[in-house]
Amino acid sequence: MKHMDPNFRKDTKTEFPQREELKPRKVTTPDGQVIDIEPLQDYFCQEPPKVHQKSYFKIVEDFYNWCRAESLWILAFGTGCGAIEMRPLMTPRFDAYRYGIQWRATPRQANLLMISGYLSVKTLKRAIRTYEQMQGPKYVVGLGSCTINGGMYWDSYNTIKKLEEYLPVDLYIAGCMPRPEALLAGFMELKKKIKAGNAEGANKYAEKFDWYKANQKAVIKDWDMPDYNW
Amino acid sequence: MSIDWPRIGYAALTLFIVINYGMIMTALVRKIGARVSGRYGIRIYQNYIDLVKNIALRSKITHGVMYYLGPVFRLTGGVGLLLFVPTIYGSAMWSNFSFAGDLVLALYFVFFGTLGMALGAAESGHPYSAIGITRGLSQVTVAELPLALAVFAISLQYQTLNITDIVAAQQGGIFNWTLFTNPVATLAALFAFVGTMMRSPFDVVIAPQEIPIGPPTEYHSSYLALMQTNRVLFPIAKTVIYMNLFFGGATNWFEFAIKVFAIYMISVLVGVVHPRFRVEQSITFFLKWGLPVGVLAILLV
Repeated sequence: MKHMDPNFRKDTKTEFPQREELKPRKVTTPDGQVIDIEPLQDYFCQEPPKVHQKSYFKIVEDFYNWCRAESLWILAFGTGCGAIEMRPLMTPRFDAYRYGIQWRATPRQANLLMISGYLSVKTLKRAIRTYEQMQGPKYVVGLGSCTINGGMYWDSYNTIKKLEEYLPVDLYIAGCMPRPEALLAGFMELKKKIKAGNAEGANKYAEKFDWYKANQKAVIKDWDMPDYNW
Repeated sequence: MSIDWPRIGYAALTLFIVINYGMIMTALVRKIGARVSGRYGIRIYQNYIDLVKNIALRSKITHGVMYYLGPVFRLTGGVGLLLFVPTIYGSAMWSNFSFAGDLVLALYFVFFGTLGMALGAAESGHPYSAIGITRGLSQVTVAELPLALAVFAISLQYQTLNITDIVAAQQGGIFNWTLFTNPVATLAALFAFVGTMMRSPFDVVIAPQEIPIGPPTEYHSSYLALMQTNRVLFPIAKTVIYMNLFFGGATNWFEFAIKVFAIYMISVLVGVVHPRFRVEQSITFFLKWGLPVGVLAILLV
């Protein structure tokens, strides 16, 4: 079986017109001044991500890692059908809160991005922006077989196949769909990984930034945002 | 001017005790809420872990000076509110920095944090923050009206603006409490209490299901840690004021813990049985029910 459809990533030639609101323009302020606006420069920070060092003392870093593992704040962002399996975790039957797992509504405060199911190219763009807005250390968990190898969307024209080519994945939870019990087991595995200090996805993303960007740009055809946006 | 070092030490100790009490109590309240809905709930020490986790974040971004000062102002409001009212009545150690006109200052500090937050969150430039601030300020302003009227009523009743004197007048039995000597003012103040505790039905401002999640949308890491500290400190400080004004104050830490928990549970009980109000609904509610009761309290005095 071929790893990837060669035609899937090839179309980088087509020119897409830039969105109207992102074009540079002149704006007259209320006092009559005329100023130049260049949205891509002005509205976003252009600075690439940096590799952040661990704490100097190992005991401090271990303590921090324990806290990070015991306080996983999941971003409430469902990309595919897997999002439906997250909801039971908040209910009396599975109750993930007792393990320190909570849901946050904003990427600034969350530190775990669940890619719950298939990721269409359009959603990938949003997932990347969301991931880059989160503050490190941050973790990515791929949910379901769609994130591992495309799953049942293997020969789809518009979904990505291997999530780890676009975002640094810490853990996959296999299944189609994985049940909430599998999710809980996955969270426990993630906790072990964080406590051992092996979940350094944010630093990996910063180190291999060019490789990730090349992969992302190869599939996202209308790339109308800065390379790094937060 | 000589600096009263022991008093500063005791004030710091008060702050320490109240923050830890608040950490445990808010977790306990969430646990009770979870048990009501049939869940096991968060761990009792979860608040501490969340705090350390947020402080330990490696990357943080800022949106300017005011953005940074927002949580600082918010925490200042909580700390100021706590330190300028007597925490434990009749104890020189735990009266902190209370003075002759502290009731007026307390009223001001209740509002101070919200204003600071408004400036800070607006600086972050996130539209959700701006909407959240607008909603929060309008709701808090209306909810404070009954409290202000109730405070006027009881300061007329006791002829003083000193919280210590008000507590002193309520000593000597449960029927000397303002709750029984002036029930209308107490009722008016409890409208404001339920309205400003950021719990359902008046928590549309920070509700994650609404515009996510209101003013703190952009806040993270240490900024958020400051706000979390304030989230556990501020309700306790506010409850202390209500305890002093209407429920006879506390003469020791044990009584303090019991009374604050009981008064806090008022807002929790109201919250678990009532669905959320929209902002205009809650404003109408306070103008329709809270304000007349407050005016009535003044008239009756």
